[in-house]
Amino acid sequence: MGRYILRRLLSAIPVLIGISIVVFVIMAMIPGDPATAILGSYATPENVAELNRDLGLDEPLVQRYFIWLGNLVQGDLGRSFNLNRPVLDEVLERFNATLILAGTAFILCSFLGIAAGVISAARQYGFADKAITFAVLLGISIPSFFLGMMMILIFAVNLRWFPVSGMWPIYGTRDIWALIDHLTMPALALAVVATGVIARLSRSAMLEVLRQDFIRTARAKGVHERGIIWRHALRAAMVSIIPVLGIQAGFVLSGAVYIERVFQWPGIGQMLVEAILRRDILLVQGGVVFVAACYVLFNIIVDVAQSLLDPRIKT
Amino acid sequence: MAFLKLLARNQLALAGLIVMGLVVLLAVLTPILPLANPDVTNTPARFTPPFSEGALLGTDHLGRDLLSRLMWGTRLSLAVGFAAAFIAATIGAAIGIISGYYGGRTDNIIMRFVDVLMAFPYILLALAIVAALGPGLMNALIAVAAVNIPFFARNIRGITVGIAHKEFVDAARLAGLSDTKIILTEILPNVLPVIVIAMSTTVGWMILETAGLSFLGLGSQPPQADLGSMLGEARSALITNPHTSLVPGVMILIIVMAINLLGDGVRDALDPRLKSGALSRPLPATLVDRDRQPGDTADGTALLELSQLETQFHIGPRIYRAVGGVDLQIQPGECLGLIGESGSGKSVTALSIMGLVASPPGKITGGSVYYRGEELVGAPYELLRSLRGRKVAYIFQDPLATLHPLYTVGDQLIEAVRVHRRVPKHEARAHAIELLKSVRIPNAEDRVDNYPHEMSGGMRQRVGIAMALANDPDVIIADEPTTALDVTVQAQILTLLDDLRRDRGVAILFITHDFGVVAQLCDRVAVMYAGRIVEQGTTDDILAHPAHPYTRRLMACVPELGGGRRRLEAIPGLPPVVDKLPAGCAFADRCDKVRAACRQGNITLDEIGATRRVRCIAPEIEELPA
Amino acid sequence: MTAALKLTKLKKDFPVGKSLFGPPRAVVHAVQPVTLEVAKGETLGIVGESGCGKSTLARMLVGLLPATKGTIEIEGAALDTADPSEFGKKIQYVFQDPLSSLNPRKTIRQIMDAPLKHLHGMAAPERRKRIAEIFAAVNLREEFLDRYPHEFSGGQAQRIGIARALAAEARILILDEPVSALDVSVQAQVLNLLADLKQEFGLTYLFITHDLAVVEAVSDRIAVLYFGDLVELGPAERIFSAPRHPYTKLLADSAPVVGRELKAPEGRETELPDPLNPPPGCSFAARCPFASDRCRAEIPELKDQGDGVSVACFHPLEG
Ligand SMILES: Nc1ncnc2c1ncn2[C@@H]1O[C@H](COP(=O)(O)OP(=O)(O)OP(=O)(O)O)[C@@H](O)[C@H]1O
Ligand code: SF4
Ligand code: SF4
Ligand SMILES: [Mg+2]
Repeated sequence: MGRYILRRLLSAIPVLIGISIVVFVIMAMIPGDPATAILGSYATPENVAELNRDLGLDEPLVQRYFIWLGNLVQGDLGRSFNLNRPVLDEVLERFNATLILAGTAFILCSFLGIAAGVISAARQYGFADKAITFAVLLGISIPSFFLGMMMILIFAVNLRWFPVSGMWPIYGTRDIWALIDHLTMPALALAVVATGVIARLSRSAMLEVLRQDFIRTARAKGVHERGIIWRHALRAAMVSIIPVLGIQAGFVLSGAVYIERVFQWPGIGQMLVEAILRRDILLVQGGVVFVAACYVLFNIIVDVAQSLLDPRIKT
Repeated sequence: MAFLKLLARNQLALAGLIVMGLVVLLAVLTPILPLANPDVTNTPARFTPPFSEGALLGTDHLGRDLLSRLMWGTRLSLAVGFAAAFIAATIGAAIGIISGYYGGRTDNIIMRFVDVLMAFPYILLALAIVAALGPGLMNALIAVAAVNIPFFARNIRGITVGIAHKEFVDAARLAGLSDTKIILTEILPNVLPVIVIAMSTTVGWMILETAGLSFLGLGSQPPQADLGSMLGEARSALITNPHTSLVPGVMILIIVMAINLLGDGVRDALDPRLKSGALSRPLPATLVDRDRQPGDTADGTALLELSQLETQFHIGPRIYRAVGGVDLQIQPGECLGLIGESGSGKSVTALSIMGLVASPPGKITGGSVYYRGEELVGAPYELLRSLRGRKVAYIFQDPLATLHPLYTVGDQLIEAVRVHRRVPKHEARAHAIELLKSVRIPNAEDRVDNYPHEMSGGMRQRVGIAMALANDPDVIIADEPTTALDVTVQAQILTLLDDLRRDRGVAILFITHDFGVVAQLCDRVAVMYAGRIVEQGTTDDILAHPAHPYTRRLMACVPELGGGRRRLEAIPGLPPVVDKLPAGCAFADRCDKVRAACRQGNITLDEIGATRRVRCIAPEIEELPA
Repeated sequence: MTAALKLTKLKKDFPVGKSLFGPPRAVVHAVQPVTLEVAKGETLGIVGESGCGKSTLARMLVGLLPATKGTIEIEGAALDTADPSEFGKKIQYVFQDPLSSLNPRKTIRQIMDAPLKHLHGMAAPERRKRIAEIFAAVNLREEFLDRYPHEFSGGQAQRIGIARALAAEARILILDEPVSALDVSVQAQVLNLLADLKQEFGLTYLFITHDLAVVEAVSDRIAVLYFGDLVELGPAERIFSAPRHPYTKLLADSAPVVGRELKAPEGRETELPDPLNPPPGCSFAARCPFASDRCRAEIPELKDQGDGVSVACFHPLEG
């Protein structure tokens, strides 16, 4: 197992390098002179030339990539000109907030989605199945940002159950209860779509598995229906559900960008959107590379979980 | 045509289609409708509530007419969403097909690149592209399409690999087709439905995504509005004037929901597996719907008795009479062979006994099954379950598919014991090892912790047998347990079964299509044709003097080892399809002794001699030779 | 007279665990060097159990797989390019699964057209005539031509597969388990059809199967494969009645035969050798009752034993 994890980690290196190249190339496609973009249209030619030298932008592209990569490996993502602080500091702080939001939503959607899918499949065409199918359809069709806005209107403005926005109260203590108070609505709004997708997939994976020969064997042994569903079928269905959880984690992270905007959550999505609108290239570049790298690591965890579940995967 | 019919039969999809049709129609007509200019601001009239004079849906924060903006915005959002889906599907599918068809290094390189793109949470990539190209609707479209290309590419590649290894592609190569021709005429037509499915299920998603980018202010730029940017602009007035948010938000919801319904409908209509309703979940026990109880009850001496058993499959308007009135008795300790060609109903008969026929679509529609005089058809589920595996056990054909792939064989054996008896786990494990030894698996102590995929086919089938023996059943129903095995392994398994049944006195219902196997293993044989028993008797008798014309000719068809080079007897024609059974004898169309009487009424299974029964009005022998 | 088909030391290795660059981690020897001749008009049967390399051998013979080593000669002309359309005119293939060998989205006519058009460049009216002739030869009705494959039963689909192979006008047919997917009553129909076609068109067959009784009934000579090796080659009428190789004997003794006592020729569970890690000597040694030390160290060569039988064994049976 240890060797498998190591192998998996090593195989992530080319992917990480690929990510850095893709990000670098996309950023290099920015039309015009990056220094002008950074300094704005009031920059004098001397300023621009100086900044170009500082950034090493007068070097050829390949060389610039390696300089950037070298800095990257040492944890130096450059400085944000707008915020006037190191990119890494800003990214770490913002990512922390996103992690809380997206992590909560991910746990919610995994459990709710799988449970809903299994129940739906076990009661195929029954009332529970129809209700869940309808709820799922609604969930995957509603834009999460619209859902978030409606939740604010209903639960924050009208019912006053939760605060309208933000991560912490403006006055008062920053304890776990305050966080939960602020987290509930955005996390739910963020989880809805992924719950729908996971529920759908779990349902069809379960239906697929329930038709397999080994389920008939289990029935022929006299296994109770409960054991058939939860022990035999779900276990086998997990083999196709787990990779989807990995993909959905990416979707939850992505959806967080909208939800952060709606709920003014001080996460990395907010930061990226603002940075793009201000053309703060280094901040965008650093943020994207950092989050993508974290996602790659997360997918390694998913693969390891899969290999623990499925003995047919060679470890 | 069939596709549209299927789609229309699905009411939800139809509803989606109608809503979508209306929305598209309105979007197309928008330029010629008498609407206010969507971009003309009129600040004094800002935030007019809906249903007011001159502004049906009210106005926004700049006093622009919301209805007009909604219509124009819908038009734009739809166009962008469809365009993105189409671009992503076309490019993604092309990459996927090339990668999957050529395989090898091409595939490797393309897929590594796709892996890298998929390693991004997709929005990061979209954001990076927008950051590079600058905010704007066109750029948002490019970003959303580009981000989705890897998803299509990977999906289509998977399908293509499956198809490229099909034999018809090899056949096309041998017929002299070039690679390009093969891709265009052999692969593409088979991949196209998948592309359409993938596209129809992602259009809604694309519309959401482009709306999302606009919502963030990275898509369409003012004054031009799509649904997302309308929502984005309305956000600041959410609390004071919620209608400005509701209007575009509900519109997105309606569009995406309609598209999703339609997409699901398209998928169901194009996916052939769903056509037959095959994706339904089989119930714990076969449904019973008997309009007729059999007259005669159990005779008492038989261990297992099937009386006039009828099982059907109801698929759409068709009714397949897979088992049409089967009578069988199995005495304690005997081995009864059930022989017949594919589709004759052997497996369905066997599965009906313990209610294991998949239902839906299967249904037991008549007759009875008695275990020691106790009726099993229609019995409460709990009774059936407690007998399954404890008194009546099964062995199935393909041992790889019939064992759970994710549990060790030990766990599966232990479970077989513990569902019926409360024994501590270590005792059950010791018993499992005993069982493995009894089926002559070497190193049983180690093998017990193996997973099925770590064993050979013969070994797995031994595990299957061990599992059937776990609770010392009275009867084992073995459905072609050696058909999937090689001859040398088959010989081992058959010997094992024969020894076990003699040692333990367990009765066996042995299903096969091989006369050689029947001859070596079974005491009595029943021959099945088109869902009915046509002949029954002791093995030696039947092999020496077949009485039914079908039995005789079937035996003649089978080449026997040691017969030398020769021309084989064949039976012309095909067995009848069981949803269109003829009146009278089902074999009449292929029989060389057919006469008018054969095609009328019900031909009964008559006794000739003490042990022999034949369903024929002109049997080959009238009386058994003494 | 030149042989219809001649294989010289034909060999196939499959690399496993291939990485993007660099050499594979291991190789599976699917087919060990096989040397074989098939005379014109002969039916050569090839038997063996699952995984012994039958299909790999067959696919090399029609160019669907490039050989790792060795040469293929068809009617005296060497063929070493793995270009199926090159092979297509000389040698054709009939697949095991009749339905999956027909493209579900083409009509039978389109399927039949392909070899006529691409291998022989025939024009439409000519093709129409030729298809009618072939369909008459395989007892298929012409009205089938405008239907799709899923409308046919296995037996009919296999006839269509045979018709397609005939359309290429190849004189050698590789029949890869052509009747295994069919029911016995239909199997006999197809086997008889194959026999008739052979007479009519003077074809040469390579008949691959795992069914001993079938192969004995149709072949002139039979080759027995075990684990990628050709272990015995001899006339059909004697190969199973008087086997010379211990494996052939095991096969013959294992087949269920009416009127023979049931007894497993091998008592214990046995397994095939690990293909990634083959034994140094005879691959059958672990299962062979006659195995000696020499068998475990040296690989036996295929040797002519006189009377047309060749055996790869150090201690051949008396026969
Ligand atoms: N799940 C199912 N849905 C619909 N029809 C079915 C199903 N299972 C079996 N049938 C039909 O029932 C009939 C009898 O099939 P059955 O499997 O009992 O045949 P068999 O004698 O066991 O054949 P084989 O030798 O191929 O195993 C066939 O016509 C088949 O098409
Ligand atoms: S009943 Fe008639 S048709 Fe049927 S098998 Fe007997 S003789 Fe033939
Ligand atoms: S060479 Fe030796 S081990 Fe191999 S088959 Fe002959 S006797 Fe047996
Ligand atoms: Mg069956």
